[in-house]
Amino acid sequence: MKFKNTHKDHEVTDESIYRQRRQLVKTGIIGMGTLAINPSLALTLGQPQKNTSFNIEDTTSEKDATTYNNFYEFGLGKDEPAENAHTLATNSWTIEVSGHAKKTGIFDLEKIVKQMSLEERIYRMRCVEAWSMVIPWLGFKLADLIKYFEPTSQAKYIYFETLYDPTQMPGQKSRSIPWPYREGLRMDEAMNELTLVTVGMYGKILPNQNGAPLRLIVPWKYGFKGIKSIKKIAFVDKQPLNSWQAIAPQEYGFFANVNPNVDHPRWSQKTERRITGSFSFFRSRIDTQLFNGYGAYVADLYHGMNLTKYY
Amino acid sequence: MKNIFVFKLSVFILCLIPLGLGLWDGMSHQLTADPIEEILHRTGIWAFRLLLVTLLMTPLKVLTGWIHWIRIRRLLGLFTFFYATLHLTTYVWLDIQLNWPQFLEDIIKRPYITVGMVAWFIMLPMAITSNRYMIKKLGKHWKPLHRLIYMVVILACFHFLWLVKSDLTEPLIYTAIGLSLLLFRLIQNHHDKKS
Repeated sequence: MKFKNTHKDHEVTDESIYRQRRQLVKTGIIGMGTLAINPSLALTLGQPQKNTSFNIEDTTSEKDATTYNNFYEFGLGKDEPAENAHTLATNSWTIEVSGHAKKTGIFDLEKIVKQMSLEERIYRMRCVEAWSMVIPWLGFKLADLIKYFEPTSQAKYIYFETLYDPTQMPGQKSRSIPWPYREGLRMDEAMNELTLVTVGMYGKILPNQNGAPLRLIVPWKYGFKGIKSIKKIAFVDKQPLNSWQAIAPQEYGFFANVNPNVDHPRWSQKTERRITGSFSFFRSRIDTQLFNGYGAYVADLYHGMNLTKYY
Repeated sequence: MKNIFVFKLSVFILCLIPLGLGLWDGMSHQLTADPIEEILHRTGIWAFRLLLVTLLMTPLKVLTGWIHWIRIRRLLGLFTFFYATLHLTTYVWLDIQLNWPQFLEDIIKRPYITVGMVAWFIMLPMAITSNRYMIKKLGKHWKPLHRLIYMVVILACFHFLWLVKSDLTEPLIYTAIGLSLLLFRLIQNHHDKKS
């Protein structure tokens, strides 16, 4: 797997850090128990920060990334998922696959993961609320998972659903949003090499509050596209209605591509507060990049499309 | 007289607690992963709370018959303005980093920021004219000016309602309390005219 190198020299992680990360992945793998993974395919992606007047782009601390979460299934406060998500039972997790595919039915997650090649990738994560993090994920390409299910030519979109179980997800007892959480991607977006299904972060298995046991990561889109604790997948021929679009269609669309030129109706998307270890009160904002800086990989997907209309 | 002083001093110290806790949490890195957002939220919510407490003094006086509630009203009003000013400063300085074009765009394009800004500008002359000298100087104009606080409550409710992402529970609770306090005055006014 080759990625186009668009990063300047100083932006690329230096080797010692890279080696540490490799070590992290290896130790992580031991910790992951039954998840058999191939570390040799791990790669790092993305350290670019063009605006050097702000702090050097560094990884968000594990503590911040695992205690500051939007996961309404466990409460609306950012600190609530970390406090409440222990009730989620992630062992012997199954996924229900349906729709236009040759292989459908109930699948054992562990068996699927064994057949996927896991890699570590460091991605920027831009929340629609105008804050962002930089997180090392462990996962596999969604494209590989899709190929596994052998979708037919009628499959134009892929649809995802989070687990619905108010006993495990106490936030679902309140009607803050319609449950279960739903998301979707156009098939070409889903097949893009950047789109990941992640099962870990920071070299460890995914914590419950971050969407265990498996979640989607689509780094050029706003964070809410990254549906957590996926329970159902369907191959469909029509564009699915994702949760935030259903809640407020004038504010959130299906595509949700990170775009500094298209503001949220109630706040600007031009800049973002980057949450990193080297946080400073006086250099807290950086410029938001089109497609979150991943344009080289994904801009072609939207060739000729009006991104203001299809936000 | 001495008791009133102790009463006022206690309220003064109580009003400083949110600031003290904020500073403590800031120094011990307890302001979540996104400290600026947390400071914005804390200063904003305390300005709103103190605004409601300020407006509670007249109903308390009427309902309890203890007239001294009124004695802490100015203090509470000034603390409301103090936290609102911290809130505004956090937004302009720490959040948008003194980006003035962005500031103007926000005021024009984003209704929740527009109403928040208007609310602060209404409170500014009220804070300036809250001393004895200005009360005398303004005479009969003082009261109408300070009645604008009712406007501030309504603006604060909209500010809160329009900024949340999905769950309206919390801003609706504040709005309900704010409206009850205004309603109390309407009823009271009606009652006074009758008698």
